[in-house]
This record gives sequence, C-alpha cells and structure tokens, in this order.
Amino acid sequence: MKNKRNILYANIREIGLIAVIILLSFFVQYRSGGSFITAENINDILVETAVLAILSVGMMMVIITGGIDLSIGATMALAGMIGTTVLKNNQNLNPLIIIFIAVLVGALCGLINGLLVARLNVLPIIATLGMMNVYRGITYLVSRGSWVLQSDMSKEFMAIATNRFLGINNLIWITIIIYCIGYWFMNYTRKGRQIYAVGNSMESAKVSGIKTKSVLVMVYTLMGLIAGLGGILYVCKYAASQGETATGYEMNVIAACVLGGVSISGGVGKVQGVLLGALLFGALNNALPLMHISPFFQEALRGLIILLSIIINAVIQRRVTKKSLERRSENEQ
Amino acid sequence: MNSNEGLVRNIEYERKFSLKRFLFQWEWLLVLLLVVINLINIRLSPNYWDFDNLMSAIQMFLDKAILVFPMMLVILLGEIDISIASTMALSAVIMGVSYQSGIPMPAAIMISLLIGTVCGLINGVILVKYKELSSMIVTLSTMIIYRGIASIILKDQAVSNFPDWFQYFGWGKIGNIPFILFFFIIEALVFTYLVHKTPFGRKVYAMGNNIVTSRYSGLKNDKIKIIIFTLNGIFAAIAGIFLTSKMGSTRPNIASGYELDVIAMVVLGGVSTSGGKGKVGGVILSIFVIGLLRYGLGLINVPSQTIMIIIGALLVVAVAIPNLKNSLRAFNKMNIFTKK
Amino acid sequence: MDEIILELNSITKIFPGVKALDNVHFQLRRGEIHALIGENGAGKSTFIKIITGVHEPEGGEIYLNGERVKFKNPREAQEHSIAAIYQHGTCYPYLSVTENIFMGHEKVSKHLKLIKWKEMHKQAKDLLESLGSDIDPRKNMGDLSVAERQIVEIAKAISTNAKIIIMDEPTAALSKRECEQLYAITEKLRDNGASIIFISHRLEDMYRLASRVTVFRDGKYIGTWDVNEISNEKLIAAMVGREITQVFPKKSIKKGEEILRVENLSRTGYFNDISFSLNRGEILALTGLVGAGRTEVCECIFGIEKYNAGKIFFENKEVHIHNPLDAMNLGIGYLPEDRQKQGLFLDWEIYKNETISTLDQFTKAFTLNPKKEQRKAKELSEKISVKAVSVFDKVSSLSGGNQQKVIIAKLLNSDLKVLILDEPTKGVDIGAKAQIYKIISDLAEKGYGIIMVSSEMPEVLGMADRIVVMRNGRISAVINSEEATQELILEAAMKSNTNSNE
Repeated sequence: MKNKRNILYANIREIGLIAVIILLSFFVQYRSGGSFITAENINDILVETAVLAILSVGMMMVIITGGIDLSIGATMALAGMIGTTVLKNNQNLNPLIIIFIAVLVGALCGLINGLLVARLNVLPIIATLGMMNVYRGITYLVSRGSWVLQSDMSKEFMAIATNRFLGINNLIWITIIIYCIGYWFMNYTRKGRQIYAVGNSMESAKVSGIKTKSVLVMVYTLMGLIAGLGGILYVCKYAASQGETATGYEMNVIAACVLGGVSISGGVGKVQGVLLGALLFGALNNALPLMHISPFFQEALRGLIILLSIIINAVIQRRVTKKSLERRSENEQ
Repeated sequence: MNSNEGLVRNIEYERKFSLKRFLFQWEWLLVLLLVVINLINIRLSPNYWDFDNLMSAIQMFLDKAILVFPMMLVILLGEIDISIASTMALSAVIMGVSYQSGIPMPAAIMISLLIGTVCGLINGVILVKYKELSSMIVTLSTMIIYRGIASIILKDQAVSNFPDWFQYFGWGKIGNIPFILFFFIIEALVFTYLVHKTPFGRKVYAMGNNIVTSRYSGLKNDKIKIIIFTLNGIFAAIAGIFLTSKMGSTRPNIASGYELDVIAMVVLGGVSTSGGKGKVGGVILSIFVIGLLRYGLGLINVPSQTIMIIIGALLVVAVAIPNLKNSLRAFNKMNIFTKK
Repeated sequence: MDEIILELNSITKIFPGVKALDNVHFQLRRGEIHALIGENGAGKSTFIKIITGVHEPEGGEIYLNGERVKFKNPREAQEHSIAAIYQHGTCYPYLSVTENIFMGHEKVSKHLKLIKWKEMHKQAKDLLESLGSDIDPRKNMGDLSVAERQIVEIAKAISTNAKIIIMDEPTAALSKRECEQLYAITEKLRDNGASIIFISHRLEDMYRLASRVTVFRDGKYIGTWDVNEISNEKLIAAMVGREITQVFPKKSIKKGEEILRVENLSRTGYFNDISFSLNRGEILALTGLVGAGRTEVCECIFGIEKYNAGKIFFENKEVHIHNPLDAMNLGIGYLPEDRQKQGLFLDWEIYKNETISTLDQFTKAFTLNPKKEQRKAKELSEKISVKAVSVFDKVSSLSGGNQQKVIIAKLLNSDLKVLILDEPTKGVDIGAKAQIYKIISDLAEKGYGIIMVSSEMPEVLGMADRIVVMRNGRISAVINSEEATQELILEAAMKSNTNSNE
C-alpha cells in the first residue's frame, strides 16, 4: 500500500500533465464546437508535434547536465539545408542517405558545442548563442539566398514525411522509436545514468571516476545529432528549406522540456515527462487557432509557459524543503 | 614558533608602478586589434578616414553601443540578460502605438522609457524573489514574452509616420558630431565614473567576485541587482528610441539579434562571464573593434550572414581564449611537478 | 592477526603558508579498529586525504600490504580497496539510494550491458539490512537524514569490497541512538574482515570501539597506544600538549550592562527555543558538536537567515533584523565560519577587503577615495599585526591567521558593540592563534560583547566567561567559567536532553 502511494508521488508530474491534457482537450472541444477531438485533428497534432518531441529528448539531456543549447534551431536549418541541397543536385539518391548526411552535420555542430563547453569551459549559453549565429550564417551561405523547394526534392524523399505505415504516419513512428531508444538509454545504460550523475553533482561524479568532460561532449553531440535528424524531417514535412528555417525553434523545445518537469538547474528529468510536455505544447499550439486566438499570441504564451513553469517548480521545491525541515525537527523531539 | 613576532610597523600603502603589470593587460590587445582593423579598412576604402564617412560608420553601431554599458554591469555581476533586444522592441512598439493613437510624441517617448523600466524591473524582481532561478532562463523567457507582447500589439504592421523632429535622435548633429555620438560619449563618461570611481561600482565588483561575502559584508545585494537589471531596461528603451528614429519606423521584430553583438562587445572587452573582472576602457575599445569590423566587412560587401558567423565565432573565441590561457598555465604547472 | 596492512612513514604535506603534516607515522593492523584522535587543525583530515589519494604528500612513503604504493587520484586508492566515509560524502540528491551506492560500478547484464535495477535494488536493500538499517533504497538520497546518508555511505564502502575503511568524524551529528547504531555497524564491518581507521575527537567513541589510538597534534605524530593502557589525562595531555592556561591572555571580567539578548529563538529544522544574554565586556562561548546549530543561531542574529519564532533584544529594546546591514547598523558584527567563502574576496587586495563594509567613510560626493582607503587599511592592519608587505597584497597570498586578521580589521573599522566570531582560530597556526586571542581579549576589555563559536575545548575553557553548550538545536547547558571542565562540556554536548527512551 505504501508502495502504491510512493509510485503516485514519484510520477505525480506525469499524472498532472496527462490530467491537464485531458482537461484542456475537453475545454477546447467545447469552445471550438467539437473540432478538437477528432481522429483527423489528433493525427495532425501528433504529426505536428513529432519533430518537437524528437528534439526535446536531446534538449532534456543537455538541460539535465545543467546546460542549455540555443543553437538547435540553427543546427536544424543547417542540416536540413545541406541535406536538401545535396538532394537537389542528386535526385536519385536514396533518401536515407540524405537523412544520414543531415544527422552527420548535426552531430558535428553538436560536437563543436560540446568541446567548447567541456574543454574550453565556455558557459553553455554563450557558446550556443555564438554558435547559433555561426551555424545560421553558414546555412545562409550554403543556400546562397535561395530556397530549396518541393520541386527540388525527390518523391521518395518527400514520402518520408507523408507515408504511413500500418496507418500511422512515419513521423509518429520515428518519434516512438526515438523515445524508446531514449528511455532505454537514459534508464538502462551506464552512460545514460552518468548524465544524471554529472547533472546532480559534478564533484561527486568526478570522485566516482566518471569522465565528466566526455559525458558533456557526448550530450551536446547527441543533441546535435538529434537536431540534424529533426531538421531534415522538418524540411521534409514542410517541403521547403531556407535560411530562416526553424528560427526560434529552440524556445519551443525548451518550453516542452520545462513543462515536462526537466529542472533547469540540472539533475532532474524524465523521458516520459518530456514526451507529455511536448504533447501538451503541441496540443496548445493546435488549440489556439481553433479557439480563434491569433498566432501572434503564441509567442508570448510560449514565454509565459516557460516562466510560469520554472517559478511554480521553484515554489514547489521550497515547499518540499520546508516539509522535510519540519519532519527533521519533529524527529528531533 | 613565531608567537613573539614584533608588531608590524611598515606596511606599504602607496602602489608602486609595475611596468610588467601595466603592459600585460587585455586592453592592449584590443588597441592592437583596433589599429589593425582601421589599417585594413583604410586599405579597402580610400575614403574611410574621411571625417564624415567615419562619423556615419560609427553612427551605424552606436545604437547597439548604448546597450553595452549597462550590460557590462550585468555581466560584472556574473549574470546575463538576453532580453534587451526584446525590451527595445516592446518599448519602441508601445511608443509608436501611443503616438499613433493621439498621444503627443514627447509623452510617447516618456512612455517608452517607462516600459523599458518596467521590463528591466520585472527581470530584477523575479531574480531577487526566486534566487534559485538563473538569470539565463528568466531573461530567456522574458525575451520571448516581451517580443511576443510587441507582436500582439502591432502584429506584423509598422508605425512610421513620426514627427519630423523625431529624426533628430538618430540623425541630428551638434556641430559636426552626431547627436547619438554625444549621447554615447556622455554615457561612456558617466559609466566609467560609476564603475571605477563610486562605491556602487566597487559593490558590483564585490558581488561578482563573491556574492556570499558581499552579503556577509552588509552589501544590499538585492537592491543592487534590481537597479542593474532596471538600468538595462531603461537603456534598452533609449536604444529603441534611437533605432526607431534612425529607421523612421518601428515594428515588433526590430533589433533582432542585438543581444549577440552587445554581449560580444562586453565579453571581448575583457569582462569575464564569471563576474568581478573587467574594465570600462576595454569595453569601449571592443565596441569600436566590433563596430568597425562590421563596417569594414560591409565595405567589401561581405554578406550580412557571413558577418553573423564572424561575430558569433568572435564571441565564442573571446570567452574561450582566457580559459585556454588558464588551462595552459595549469598544464605547465603539472609538467613542473612530474619533472621532479 | 598482528599483520600490518597499511603503513605510512614520515609523511609531510605542505600547503601554501602552512605545514599541515610534519613527518607523521601511522600503522594499521589487519582487522583492528584504530582511532585517530586530535584537535581541530591537528591534521587528521589532511592525513585521510593522503591515504585516499586526494592529495600527494611532499615527503614520506605509503605501504599497502608491505608494498610501496603511490596514489595519484582517488580512483587509484579505491582500486586498492580503500574507502573513506565523510560526513558530507559524494551524493546525488535526486537519484535513488541504490544509485548512490552503485554509481560508477553498476550491475549490468552480460551482453547488452543493461542495468539490472531489480538486482541492484535488492543488493542495496541487503547491504543496508546487514548494517541494521531499514532505509528504502528506492528513496531519493536527498530525502534522507544526515545519519541515514552516512549509513548509505558505509553501504557504498562495503559494496566496493573495501578492506580499509576510514570514517571521518561519523558521530559528529548523530543522536545517541544513531551513535549506538553506528557503533554496531562499525563492529560488524570489522567482524567481516575490514580494518578501520576511526577519526574523532570524542573520547567515548574511542573507548567504545578502538583497540589502539594514535594522537596527532599540530600536524605532528605524538604517539600510539593501546586503548586500555593509556589514561584519560595522559590522552588529553597528548592532544593538547601544553598546560592550557599558558596560551591564553589573562583577563579580568569587567562585565557591563546587557547588550544583547535572545528569547525563545527558533528556526524550524535547525534550532529550537534558544535563549541567552550577552553583556558588555563578556566573552560568551557557544559550543557543541558539529551540527548542533550554533552557526545557524548566529546567522539569524546577524540577519543572514530568518527565524520562525522568538525575539531579539539589543540594548534592551526589541529589534527586527532582516539583513546583515540591519545588524551592522545596530552594532553587531560577524566573523564567518568559512573565511574564504564567506569572509573574504580572495582575488582582491587587502585594503579593498578591509573597507568594503564601510565604504561611506571613504566616499565624498559619490566618489571613492582609494588613497584614503589604503591609508586606513595600513593603519588597521598594523594595529592588529597583519603580516603583509603592502596593503596591495592579494588576500589569497596570506596565511590563514593573517586572513582572519584582515576580516577582523574590517570589522574593527565599523562602529560595533557586539562581535560574533565563528571558529576564529580554525586552520590558524599557533603564533597567529595567540595573537588572535590577545585581540579578542583586548576587545572584550574595551567593552565589546563577544560571542565566540568554537569547537576547540582549550580555547573555550581559556577564553570564555560563560559557556553555552548546544546539542541538536537546543541549549543543553550554560556553564560559568569557574565551574567549567572539559568533561562537563563534552557531556552536555553529547547527552540527550529529552528522556533517554530514544
């Protein structure tokens, strides 16, 4: 019985998120005259949110180590641009190769970030702020100011984002696979647990013999890799690649992570939570136009979500600490 | 052992001039860079060293430069503020909309300053009330919120029919010298004094060096933090006024990416991101280094996106090099040990 | 049986400005519990860090099982089956107890290298149970009490099959019941084949557990004895090394009127119902074991933290102190416990450190006058004999004692009536210690009221007019200096002041 209660407490955030999603869905359904909870709309939400969800896994890892990565939007754009430019000039290439190239580009970008943070001790926000501009600039250079359009992409490539397998869109399958891999990695491998260790206490991790610098480099490289994947899927889905692609996307990803219970100070974060956070964010994005709220509101809403989430997290944490202090003083009596 | 030491009598209290210490300063590197950039620019454009041309070149980056001094205070504290460009946009947009709805322009300008103050104040108060939150994430979220509000207000429109005299801020001259340069010079003088000669400046360095000791020494940490973030907001509004005046119009997406340049100027100027180190002189030099670098690159028609790459890389390098120096020093020390 | 498993010979360790260890020796026999005793600053912690590979000694050798070894880092010591248990050990607060125990050597499946959680949790549970503890290994480490965390640390040591276990002041923050539990665990460890070095400065721990005891004093090796061969007095004499009265300046109490009084001060989770008063010219020692709550009380008086209940009276008027500036304006000054992290700006010059609290004195028309600061710093530093060449010397280059004097100089520049000194001579060499005692004594004579937080028995007995002993967040005894003895103080510091049914 005590076990059941413990499990409840351990997963309270996820349960809360599910509750909010359900409540939100009913609310929007009511307000929008029934157009929210339909099979088609739900499929739309899932497909729209797929890329966001994929990226959130990577960002979660970075934030758990106490860092942040503002450059992922630019990495997405760069990977997408290089991938589609290669595609434009080699229409017969197997789309999987294009994806592979994009992933490689992303990983390289992430590797640079990781080296800056881990080996040169540059603050993550400064390193990724600077590199964001570098990667974005390179994207423009590669694109030479023009767009890669649908007509430049092969049918096989475009099919990645539109095909269905067993009735479910490819992108959703990819998201599911990434999450399974993510869950397995973060919870069942040593390297995954080392990420948590570094985020909980860098000092303790060093004493435990963990190569903290390598862990940091790995985390940023993985983030870049995932951003590369997300980038190519993004341009595939929207059938366009240009210099401005995914500008500001990192904010969405950070919002999804923070909603999903990842603590900005590091050490805390669950794959399940991040998935739900991304879903909630995607649902909100979908719901707003249905309730006739203009898209111009969305940006401010995004920022507000982040701000409120971190403040609420802080307030809850204070209460928890207060309770444990009270418990401590009771034990002393 | 030495419990019967004689009383110490002759501690020195006048600083001896050390040539080595004088020469080994980061600022000299910046002077060198400045000279090199100017030489290259002269090479690239024979008209470069003409007074009027130089003035118009400087005018192009001075609106950013206005933001640099208050940002220096933020980074001296060991914090960061990436919301300044959004504050610029929001205060300028509200100014435009106020004017459009009939409020006289001088009052609209006042409103803009008020908005900037409020934006900065919000940052400061949140950071002080919730000390467990880092300035990184708080200013990240306000950055999104402020620009978002600007979008809500003005959507994708622009306000552009400002009164003629409003141009004076961005384009006016006093004698031969642009008004904005005057403002910059006065601002530079005021901040130099503030940072290096007043108790307030000393306290900022103290907080950046060791915030715990500052607290135990009786410093009003919270008040100083709020003041500095509010100052950032006010000057963001001022910069917004100058930018709007220069461009003759305002829209929600102005000043996009400004925070990168401003932070780069501060950090290249020798201010450490961990706080407590740096001098105004270096920052002034680095403003001109980056500003004239941009100008020079523009002279040879380097596309703005490539300039983006260069500035981004410059920011990263400016932070990484001092760290590289430290790692090398530690590395050397280790070698000495193993040689034994 | 009598085989020597670990031996250290002629170990010397030097830090900038201080010789922490001077030619010390140590021998650990297989299967014994060997107590290492000494006062604060005797060098015990440094010694342990050498055994565990955190520091490398400047001189001397280490022999493990007869073979010469050199540890370049903690990992190497761990690989040689040496484990240390500190009070504030390595800890991952948001990870489970199981993970804290096994981090770095998790159990993984053979082929896929997947972590076997069920098995690890079970093993963790078994380990904890073998130590007599019922902690649920799935709980987060951060939710445990200090005593529980210590038990987890011990479980961690066992899980690495450590043969040599070092316990650094494990009983410092424990209640009586928790101490008994710890004793039982320690004996069990020995019975299972480990050899244990037990560091403490509580003699009861030693009598209860150890077969032999080694004494360090001021970084030097004093001697090793069988526990049942040496008397209490001889042991204390070995620890202290000299007649206590000689070190401390003679002072006469000219007690003035009451200057500070706290009534029923409480802060949830830290201390409860604290009441005492301080008079001008009086030195009040606030002592007790680590974790008793002494520093927390002082922090509330000084305005660093908020208290939940109670009142503070200054010069007989009730006051509300919300921040350090309020306290200083009233006339209360504080010398923090951790001088490097809380008391000094290490990168700064001496004069800047000394003037930071009183910048108004050097400001005219919003302008600082550095020359005036430097002159004043010279004056202050010379008055209390800060050993430095110039006021431009960086504080980081000074010895511990001189750093302490810089902070005192900073305090003296303010107009204060009460001084709270938290461990004023921690990490300070003998010569500077004596100077600091003289300074404190002079200040009391000038009419300052002084609260001195201290864990060092000699200085408590030698300096204080009254001694307040705290234990587990409460006042356990108030003793006048005439009646005070080490035993009385220690007993008050350790006894449980509720009924003994714990």
